[in-house]
Amino acid sequence: MTRNKPNIWKYSLSAVKGIYDAYAVSMINFLRKPVTEEYPEYKRPLPERSRGRIILTRDPDGDERCVACYLCSAVCPTSCISMESAEREEDGRRFAIWFRINFARCIYCGQCEEACPTLAIQLTPDYEFCQYEVLDFVYEKEDLLVDHGGRHPDYNFYRHAGVTEKGDKGAHPDEEEPVNLKSNMP
Amino acid sequence: MWFLGFVILLIKLAAVLGALVLLAVYLVWIERRLLAKFETRLGPNRAGWHGALQPFADGVKILLKEDLIPEGADRFIFMMAPAVVATSALLLFVVVPFGEGFTLWGRRVPMLFTDLNVGLLYVVAISTVAVYGVVLAGWSSNSLYSLLGGIRGAAQMISYELSLGLSLAPVVMMAGSFSLVDIVDAQAAYPFILVQPVGFLIFLVSTMAEAHRLPFDIPEAENELMGGYHTEYSGMRFGLFFVGEYVNMLVLGSLAAVFFLGGWRGPLLPGVVWFVLKVLIVPFLLIWSRAALPRPRYDQLMAFGWKCLIPVALVNIIATGGLMLLFG
Ligand code: SF4
Ligand code: SF4
Repeated sequence: MTRNKPNIWKYSLSAVKGIYDAYAVSMINFLRKPVTEEYPEYKRPLPERSRGRIILTRDPDGDERCVACYLCSAVCPTSCISMESAEREEDGRRFAIWFRINFARCIYCGQCEEACPTLAIQLTPDYEFCQYEVLDFVYEKEDLLVDHGGRHPDYNFYRHAGVTEKGDKGAHPDEEEPVNLKSNMP
Repeated sequence: MWFLGFVILLIKLAAVLGALVLLAVYLVWIERRLLAKFETRLGPNRAGWHGALQPFADGVKILLKEDLIPEGADRFIFMMAPAVVATSALLLFVVVPFGEGFTLWGRRVPMLFTDLNVGLLYVVAISTVAVYGVVLAGWSSNSLYSLLGGIRGAAQMISYELSLGLSLAPVVMMAGSFSLVDIVDAQAAYPFILVQPVGFLIFLVSTMAEAHRLPFDIPEAENELMGGYHTEYSGMRFGLFFVGEYVNMLVLGSLAAVFFLGGWRGPLLPGVVWFVLKVLIVPFLLIWSRAALPRPRYDQLMAFGWKCLIPVALVNIIATGGLMLLFG
């Protein structure tokens, strides 16, 4: 046996110190205030961007933002969004006749919000909507639609996209004046 | 008047059994709260005042569970094993004096059931019987996890039984008697912990191993054995193991109180109160250890028992004898 024998005294001392430290640390924790937050009594304020119940928002003019483009439904990993599109009689604007999210399947990943070109679908910090019936988790358009703009109150997709459905050419935010073909001034 | 003595005995039995089981059931709650405190959590605090009804909620839950018996199990042994654990824990309490005794209708009512003149030997013998519960449960479950747990339990409890007995030898030498009453009487002046600190430490460590509590819960090591010898148990049979374990903690606490802390003796307060307070010291230490220490490996555990505790206990006996010869 060429193996070094451990120094028995050093060894025992370190063992005793290890055990003593363990007891000391746990006693220090024993005397500390518990860090537990008691849920129904205390509700931690969640950050604005935390992902909870989903809403469909409106633009500043009060119109529905959703144009029923199916992007959210296509990107949703659990395929829990379904809808049917239609065009409005007066101006041909697209909207969803019905729009349904099954929250029993939603995993609150936020992909739909990322995909939405009109910022219509948004996740909110509200997470307290438990139900006893699984079918109660199926939210229809009436349940989803709110009458505000959510996190982006001033955004209007049609104005930014420069579609002439509302207002004339050049009347949209960040849009350049139309080129005057009859003048050669720069 | 034999009749009166019989009635008194029955009342005493019922009272002590009730108190012991109730205290054991509450110990579960106390442990969960204390353990939570050690981990800066809160623990169960919802059912009743600070969660004080939690044991009953757990009891109802466990009673309503299905009582499963695994296929291929040895049914009779499987069903009896939890009873062995619980009974052997309760039987230990028979010789423990838990108070001063009083006089009722001209009769002396001692606060213990029987003053065996070999009480200490009885304690050591009965606490070994609990091994059978563990081994038989592991064997009869027809499951590898349970079998491993049972084998580990047998090896561990038999080795630590030795150091438990040896740590008590100096107490017997100093008290000059095996009777627990005499041992308490011998501590009228000072508790033995003051002169036998090493013995007390060895007793405490052996106690942890006897009660197979963390850090010595090798027989039920959840992380590796899923629950060890009681893996296959459910419902009230599992509850019986559970209650048995906590009664065992209390009984070992009362033994520590009797052998080292002066039993029911103490100033001001009545004897029973002192006794309960002292009994609760060991469970508190066990819970604290559970929060503080990791579980050793199986071979480390055996090595510690045989190569460290038993030699130290033997040296302790010799030293005590030598000092008693010198001064006594
Ligand atoms: S959050 Fe994710 S899972 Fe839920 S609806 Fe949106 S894309 Fe689907
Ligand atoms: S919510 Fe957005 S992504 Fe989904 S259909 Fe409506 S506009 Fe398209």
